[in-house]
Amino acid sequence: MFQPFASRCITTMGNSVASASQDSSAAVSDILDKEAVEDVKGQREIPDIRPGYIVQLKVEVPENKRRVSILKGIVIARRNAGLNTTFRLRRLVAGVGVENLFLLYSPNIKEIKVLDKKNVRRAKLYYLRDRMNPLKK
Amino acid sequence: MSTEAGIGVMGTKLGMMSFFEENGTVVPVTVVGFREGNIVTQVKTASTDGYDAVQVGYRRVRDKKLTKPEMGHLQKSEIIPLRHLQEFRLQSVEGFEAGQKLVFDELFKEGDLVDVSGTTIGKGFQGGIKRHNFKRGLMTHGSKSHRALGSIGAGTTPGRVYKGKKMPGRMGGTKRKIRKLKIVKIDNDLRVVMIKGAVPGKPGNLLRIAPAKIVGKNIPKN
Repeated sequence: MFQPFASRCITTMGNSVASASQDSSAAVSDILDKEAVEDVKGQREIPDIRPGYIVQLKVEVPENKRRVSILKGIVIARRNAGLNTTFRLRRLVAGVGVENLFLLYSPNIKEIKVLDKKNVRRAKLYYLRDRMNPLKK
Repeated sequence: MSTEAGIGVMGTKLGMMSFFEENGTVVPVTVVGFREGNIVTQVKTASTDGYDAVQVGYRRVRDKKLTKPEMGHLQKSEIIPLRHLQEFRLQSVEGFEAGQKLVFDELFKEGDLVDVSGTTIGKGFQGGIKRHNFKRGLMTHGSKSHRALGSIGAGTTPGRVYKGKKMPGRMGGTKRKIRKLKIVKIDNDLRVVMIKGAVPGKPGNLLRIAPAKIVGKNIPKN
């Protein structure tokens, strides 16, 4: 499977000099983070999501008896933080703008489908909050 | 001195990350790694030392890093040089012998509750607001008491400030035990464990992990 890291342990058994000098404690956390991301990517198809994309999500809602709901909206922001990567979805529900923040690698997101790619010129599309109907701009 | 609920191990804090449970809830976890060590260095018994305890060593160092008395103590039972030695006071020390290796996943399993203790981050000299959660005074409207303590006691009677009065001073850098943290995941391949919640110190800090002490369950009621 996924095994790109040669030395994954912080201990270096049998090599006493290296184990005393080596201090790669922060690296192991990064490795775990990357492995968790790769693990999720292996299980599910996660497309590249960027601001300006119009996506359709199938989300399992734990509060609502684990029903799968379908959400369609425009991605207005993405925050890259390894396993904690989030994106902000803006949509209109009965004429009212609603924003949802999702964890990209959450197991609650069953499917992500990119419907359209809008041409945008900035990374955070917060100006869409002031527009009336962002999906039909 | 109180006894531990069971033998524990020492570990190194590596950092924090999130962990997704099966049902989608996100759990904040601390990653704890293990350096070479966790070897029983000495078994103390009531007949020889007056109390029952198991001394555990952690983190291998070069020979010249230790003093001669420290080396002599370890060489008595032919153990590699170890930086940290800590004792776990137990009800009985049967089944432990010097030189025995303590493996984390034999002592604990996923879902167990543990007590994690370590040195907190030193904050330096801090005022009452940060150190003891005092209230702040008004910053405007002619107030002259912004972040001052306020009154520290009565007047001529008693004529002194009571001992233990909460005042500014050194904050942090002390030993803290965080109780009843759940073990979320044990990774045998990477030799790390994920413990739910925060533990003292920064990445690289020495931690002492012992089974959670629950009175009536593994600690007898007096």
